[in-house]
Amino acid sequence: MSTATLTPKRSASPSNSLTAGQLPAWTTPVVGAASLAVGFLAAWLLTGEIGLGLGVALSALVFLVVMHVASLTIEGGRRATDRLAKHLVVGMFLLALLPLVSVSLTALTNGINRLDPTFFSTSMRNIVGAGGGAAHAIWGTLIITGVAMAISVPIGLLTAVYLAEYGQGKPLARSITFFVDVMTGIPSIVAGLFAYALFGVLFGIGTVNGMGGAVALSVLMIPVVVRSTEELLRIVPNELREASYALGVPKWKTIMRIVIPTAISGIVAGVILALARIIGETAPLMIAAGFTQSLNTNPTSGAMMTLPVFVYDQYARPGVPREPYWDRAWAGALTLILIVMLLNLVGRLIAKRFAPKTGR
Amino acid sequence: MNKQVQAPHERAAHSDLIPAKPRVGDKVFTGLSTGSGVAILVILAAVAAFLLLRALPALTASADDIAAGGYTSNLAWLDGFWGWVLPLAFGTIWAALGALALAVPVSIGIALFISHYAPRRLAQTLGYVIDLLAAVPSVVYGLWGFFVLAPALGGLHRWLTTYLGWFPLFSGQASGTGRTIFTASIVLAVMILPIITSLCREVFLQTPKLHEEASLALGATRWEMIRMAVFPFARAGIVSAIMLGLGRALGETMAVAMILSGQNRISFEVLTAQNPNTIAANIALSFPEAYDLKINQLIASGLVLFIITLAVNMFARWIVSRRAAFSGAN
Repeated sequence: MSTATLTPKRSASPSNSLTAGQLPAWTTPVVGAASLAVGFLAAWLLTGEIGLGLGVALSALVFLVVMHVASLTIEGGRRATDRLAKHLVVGMFLLALLPLVSVSLTALTNGINRLDPTFFSTSMRNIVGAGGGAAHAIWGTLIITGVAMAISVPIGLLTAVYLAEYGQGKPLARSITFFVDVMTGIPSIVAGLFAYALFGVLFGIGTVNGMGGAVALSVLMIPVVVRSTEELLRIVPNELREASYALGVPKWKTIMRIVIPTAISGIVAGVILALARIIGETAPLMIAAGFTQSLNTNPTSGAMMTLPVFVYDQYARPGVPREPYWDRAWAGALTLILIVMLLNLVGRLIAKRFAPKTGR
Repeated sequence: MNKQVQAPHERAAHSDLIPAKPRVGDKVFTGLSTGSGVAILVILAAVAAFLLLRALPALTASADDIAAGGYTSNLAWLDGFWGWVLPLAFGTIWAALGALALAVPVSIGIALFISHYAPRRLAQTLGYVIDLLAAVPSVVYGLWGFFVLAPALGGLHRWLTTYLGWFPLFSGQASGTGRTIFTASIVLAVMILPIITSLCREVFLQTPKLHEEASLALGATRWEMIRMAVFPFARAGIVSAIMLGLGRALGETMAVAMILSGQNRISFEVLTAQNPNTIAANIALSFPEAYDLKINQLIASGLVLFIITLAVNMFARWIVSRRAAFSGAN
């Protein structure tokens, strides 16, 4: 007896008990196409022009209502609810794609003009109007995020190790977990104000330099690294630790050779995602690292431009005519998006390559 | 017998077992990791202390001092620093709540789509596509909101005030530029969407497979399975995801600063040209030109923002701890 004989063909007669009371499979595409036509027609009748946004919105509404009513009459209440939920869930996903597509397209079309060698090789020193570039800002971003990473990765990693391996149940660990959560919630601009206040007290009021920016970014990055790493260390199976202890391996070596390597893919991914988050931060750098039009590669003295601040500066303080400034802002924005996406991609590739096998 | 119940790595501490000999590596490693943990506490204390130090002049200044050299209050019933910061705090919470109202249903929908609806083969890629939304820096969202979204929403603003003007939030004269708290909330919603989505997705995926299969085997449809097996399991996770999103929306600076044309006022109308500003956006816009007492005032408003986000986070933690038994960790 082959089970294949039990499966009915799709075009079975209505009397077939397995397909009776179900909407046929072609319903969804047909109703979808019809709703698109009706939606855009209605939008045209209402406003007198073919509006994309209104048309899509009306089509979606028509589709949801028609499908729900059809399903309610043929399939019954429970299946109709199920279908509605499915359509809404898919709709939410498509809805979220809209801003993504729109942002990337505008950044691409507006930014591609100025994405030339000059943009990467010159600073804004003595530039009025067209020309110039973001070399100073790109250097600033590299230096400041590099320093921020050098501060926050060791602290974050070791804290996570303490929380997951040493501190279980201790009051110190509980308070650290609590305050790391608190730190996750620090608004980026507050981190900038902190660095500004700290450097003002240490080196004289009004001090802005690259280190200030790096400190501000570290405050934002440390909790992200701690949280993601701790989470991963906790899901390392206890059996691995026990096996290691049973072989007489000391605890620190177990952590270094067994626990961390098992979780390394996630840890690296976490660090890179944290980096991707802070590299686009504007507000804290604006306050703690300041504005400048020239290249400064010394993080301990003088204001240091970064790419996000460059974008904001070009947007907010354009000269006359405004277009060259806004073009540079978009080119900077595109560069920033590309850098962050590259970081994400690298993080994910690393995570995938070394990922431990899971059930799903 | 009691000792066997304890975690394996604690057993060595008991005297009736042979103690491991102390190792230098262990001591160094323990010291380093504990030290880092303490360093985090020190950093956080420093954040609070230095902010307070620089905010103190503004907090203690009299209304006359502020009238002479600071930002003054627009409220008739409250003057001095608090009269200035209250509308900003209101605007911050108002914009963030708007963003949350828009983002939460969408995020939960997307998370469900990725965890339970999309083909398994595609799910990871689709999740990555949504994460790309988080890859866009806030200053780029600001540019996009200013140049693309605000002009595009002008028609919707006029339609809403004309036909739904009876609803208090939509009343008033529609803004001509679209640079309203409504537009700002939409951009904030887009920005917090990936965070809420990815956290919810993780929790949804952790639902015990046996619960799901049992539910389906009893004849539940997919939606009933999600309602009865996935949501109850994920509730604490969803709440903490929402709270994290709220915290992010409260502190979001550049996008709001570039999109919203705000003033120091309290207004519940979301579509008019007279919008409340947010604390973070106000700091970003005013800081470069500020001096003396104004800087202290801005830092003090940052402290207020810090306390608001602190309260939100503590509330989230309290909710999560109440339902700890359902968290994905065990």
